[in-house]
Order: sequence, then C-alpha cells, then structure tokens
Amino acid sequence: MTLARHAGAAIIAAVVIWVLTVQLSSFRDYQIADIAVYLVAIAGLTVLIGLSGQISLGNGAFMAIGAYATALLQMHLNWPLWALFPASAAIAAVAGVAVGAAAARLHGPYLAGATLLLAVALPSFATQYPGVFGGDQGLSVTVTAPAALGVDFPPTRWLAWVNAAAALIVLVLLANLARSRIGRSWRAVRDDEAAAALAGLNVARLRVLAFVVSAACAGLAGSMLAVYSSQVSPGSFTVTLSIALLTGAVIGGLGSLAGALWGSLVIVVVPTYVMDVATSHGLSSTVAANIPVAAYGVVLIAVMLLFPAGIQGGLRRFFGLTPPTDAGPFARLNSLRRRPPASEHQEEGTT
Amino acid sequence: MREFIQFTLGGISFGMVYAAIALSLVLIWRGTRILNYSQGAMAMFTTYIAFTVIGHTGSYWAGFAAALAAGLVLGALIERTVIRPVENKPPLNAVVITIGLLVFLEGLAGIIYGGQYRSFPAAFSITGLRAGSLALGISRNDVFVACAVLAAALGLAVLFRYTSAGLRLRAAAFNAYAARLLGVRVGRVLTLGWALAGLIGALAGVLVSPDTFLYPASMDSIFVLGFTAAVIGGLDSPVGAVVGGLILGVALNYVGGYLGSNLVPIFGLAALIVILMFRPSGLFAASTSRQV
Repeated sequence: MTLARHAGAAIIAAVVIWVLTVQLSSFRDYQIADIAVYLVAIAGLTVLIGLSGQISLGNGAFMAIGAYATALLQMHLNWPLWALFPASAAIAAVAGVAVGAAAARLHGPYLAGATLLLAVALPSFATQYPGVFGGDQGLSVTVTAPAALGVDFPPTRWLAWVNAAAALIVLVLLANLARSRIGRSWRAVRDDEAAAALAGLNVARLRVLAFVVSAACAGLAGSMLAVYSSQVSPGSFTVTLSIALLTGAVIGGLGSLAGALWGSLVIVVVPTYVMDVATSHGLSSTVAANIPVAAYGVVLIAVMLLFPAGIQGGLRRFFGLTPPTDAGPFARLNSLRRRPPASEHQEEGTT
Repeated sequence: MREFIQFTLGGISFGMVYAAIALSLVLIWRGTRILNYSQGAMAMFTTYIAFTVIGHTGSYWAGFAAALAAGLVLGALIERTVIRPVENKPPLNAVVITIGLLVFLEGLAGIIYGGQYRSFPAAFSITGLRAGSLALGISRNDVFVACAVLAAALGLAVLFRYTSAGLRLRAAAFNAYAARLLGVRVGRVLTLGWALAGLIGALAGVLVSPDTFLYPASMDSIFVLGFTAAVIGGLDSPVGAVVGGLILGVALNYVGGYLGSNLVPIFGLAALIVILMFRPSGLFAASTSRQV
C-alpha cells in the first residue's frame, strides 16, 4: 500500500518533470539536473539527521568519493552510465561504513566536528596524488546521450531526465525505508537510545546503517554531479558544499523527504537568482558569489531560532496537518535524557 | 637529526596556535556545553580587521590590539544575540547555529574583502634562527607565537585562580544552578566566557595568518585541528588543551615534513578518530562521566 502510494507519487512527478523539460529552456534543464543532485544528497542527510538523530557536516566528502569513483571507473574501465551510478553509490557506502563505525560512538558536537574534519581533509587527497586524481585540475567525465534519441536532441534535457529519474528512484526507496521496520527503529534510537537498546535494538548497527544510507545517497549525488558537469575537481567539494547540504536539510525541515525537495530548490535557485540580481546592480562577481554563502549562514541561524521545523513544518502547520508545536526537529532527542546540573541555565537572570 | 630538531621546534610554534584555538573552545565548552564551530571564522574575521587597521595606521601592534579587542566584542555579541536562545535547547540546535555563524562570517568576509589570498605581516623577523652552525628551522616570529599563546594561557590561569571573576567563571561552569543560588549572575559570566574565548581565538588568527595567508576559509583547517587538540586534551581541561595542541602540532609537523604537507589534515582526522575510539574522554579530562 505504502509502496503503491510512493510509486504513484513518483510517476506523477516524472510526468511533471517530462513536461517541464520539454517546455522550458535548456538552462532550466540544467537547473533541474542540479536540483536532482542536491535533492538526492539532502534527502540522504535528512534521513540521517531527522530519523537517526546523527549529524554529518561531511556529506560533501562522500559526494567527492562518488564523483571521483565515477570519473575513474568511466576513464579506466569505460563503464556505462547505468552501472556508474550504483557503483559510485556503493563505493561511497563502503566509505560510509568506515566513517559510520567511528561515528556511531559519537554524539552531537563530536560527530559534527569529526565529519567537518573529514570534509576539510578529504579534498587534499586529490592534490596529494595528482597522478591518480588529477590534482587541482581534477578529472574529466564524458558521458554522451544515447544515439537513439537523435542528433538534434538537447544533451541537457537528457541529463535532466537521467538525474531526475535517479532522484525519484532514491526518494521512493528512502520513503519506503523510513516507513519500514528500519525507519521505526531509527526513530526509536533517536528518541531514546537506552529504551531502544532495552527493547532489543542494536543501537550501534542502526546508527552505522543510517550513516551508510546517507553516504550512499551522497555518493550517488556526487556521481550525478560528475556526469552532468562532465568534470570532477577538489574545488567542487569544499566545506561550503557540505554546509550547503546541511542548510538545505534544515531549511526544508528535517525528518521529511518533502522538506528535502524544498531545501534543494532553495539551494539551487536562490543563489542563481541572488547572483543575477547582484551582478545586475553592478556588484562584482566575487561579492555576488559570496552573498549566497552569507545568506546560508543567516538562514541557518534564523530557521533554528524562529522556525525549527523548516518550510515543510511551516506548510504542515499552515494546512493544519499537525498540531502546532515549537518543538523542532531535535526536541525529542534530549527531552528524556536528564541533563547534568552543570549545563542548566534555564532560570536565566533570576538571581 | 637536524631535520628532526627543525620539525620539532616548528611543530611547537604551530602547536601553540592549535592550543590557542583549543583553549577558546574549552572556555566555551566548560561554560555552556556548546562547541563553537564558528571559532575559526571569528578568528579569520578579526584578523581581517587587524589587516585593515594595519593598512590604515601602518602599525602592526595597532592591528594586533584591534584584533584582540574585536575578538572580545564579537564573542560577547554572539553569545548575547544568537547563542543565549539555544543554551537550553538540544545540543544539535547550537551546532547548527554556530555552523551558520561560520558560513555567515566567511561569506561576509568574502563580500567585504574578496576571496583572494592576502599576505599578513608577521610581528618579528621570519628569517631562520641558528644555534652556532645549526639552523633551528624556526624564526624570531615563531618564538613570539609560542610565547604569546603561553602568556595568554598563563593569564587565563591567573584570572581563573586568583580573581573573583575567575571564581565566578569556575563556579558557573562547575554547577550553574548552585552558582546562581549563591548570587552569581550566570548569564553575565557566560558572556564573559565567550568574550575571553573570542579574544584567545583572535590571538590565534593574528599569529597564524603570516604562515597560512589570509582568505575567507583560511582558518578552516586550523580550526578543525584546534578542535582535535581540544578533544585530545579532553575538551574540559585548559591544561589539556595546551598540551593537546603541542602534541598535535609536533606530530603533524613530522607528517608534513617527512611525508608531505597535503597529508596533514588526513592525519589530523586519523588522530581524532583514534583518540575518540580509544580514549573518548581525552588525556586530561576532569570528569569521566561525560557522554561523547
């Protein structure tokens, strides 16, 4: 039943995308491909943060792993596209096992710090081994549209189709996973680790699994990015990318896959729009390029202070789907965990 | 052997910078149980302020003082405006807020100063010192870096141990509830803690920027290594932060010297993972009851 509903939604979405790509310009096709990339990466991060209660500031690094895996497999083994995507996701998932095993023992700030260090450290591999990874220039990826589509077929439309199809498949899989036994177990671990362990859940394994799922999504997103931008370089996978993913997940609303769609729309469309407006007002391109970065920061702070449930939470509240709550995505994480007296500041100023 | 001495002494100078960042993280962590991911970006921003002041006045020390003052104000300002509302919220809210501050400050620096690498002046000569015929691999400025951080750490130690403000800081960190009952204005004390952390971070930024150049993301790798140093030290202990910084600085300087400087962040990550796996409470943790 759930599967049928999710598949139905995906088919409707596919039709909408098909109409959009046929009607709109090739620049919009490019943006659709871009949105699909961010959608996959942010959806994976949403599952990790919203369902399992862990945070990662290093998913940009997993995207780098997926992208480089795609470039190397395509360059040396000349694998076709349908094999590149799953292979890259699988390679990133393996990396996710390694990081997740270490991460499963860490909570909040420590996990964020360790994954941030991953995002900072990983691109330096590419510069350290230029023979394999092409140094700062990176590697090029050449995937051409199938000849069956005809010579005049716009390649950006084909890329938009490929990326959108991959994103829809991922979303259906994630939506089912969230509703499955595993998704319920993640929520149990997130809300109360001790109770979940007492109920017989393997907390460590569930945490690692969530990390692996989000790493696989990031790896696939990296692979999609490599294919449609036809190159990979360390400059594409900076800390800013990881933080853009976090921003997208937080804006959209953690714990809901629909929120990931809003988040990826904002992350792709708003910076382009802001840069257009800024350059048309005579600002230099460096200034224009930095405005979205500063805006990410403002948005992260504002959402956390004012609308902790993000866009999707706001929409739900607006349409009365859930009772109004100020709780926010992490509220249940610690509500049951007694805090040590050293960190109580609630009666601020009442001396 | 000559190389070994050079790498060790150079590592001490870098290690003291990590120690300064670690110290600022520990100050905030002890008071508010928040890890300030924007510490590096704050230091980057105050270093840009120093850069501007030096450009206008021509005096290095005017810029130095401006950076420290800016760090003090910035720390207090951030605590009062965006941190105060989440001090009682689940820890991940504070993580997201300080990450937001990190990108906001980096974006703002990019808007104001542009993204290009700028060279930042050193306080003293950067020509290598020699002991007889042996090149030591460090300069007068490196000695200044180590001494400045050491002086700041000692200053903090004196402040904490011998002043009434320090006593209040310790009381609020130890048990905010009891401290409040005894008349400590815990809110003000927390602001003071953030201000001091801003100051120490600003010091680190000014000291390290002659080596790293100055650009909006210039403190990212310094910050994550400072975080690693703080975790090595136990995140709770100022002494641990300094020792952790020194250990990490020297170890990573061997990696950079013998294996290649691109591997430094990778080994930093490895060090962090190893310490969190095998001794999550750090080498100098004050208490063992903390959850990692």
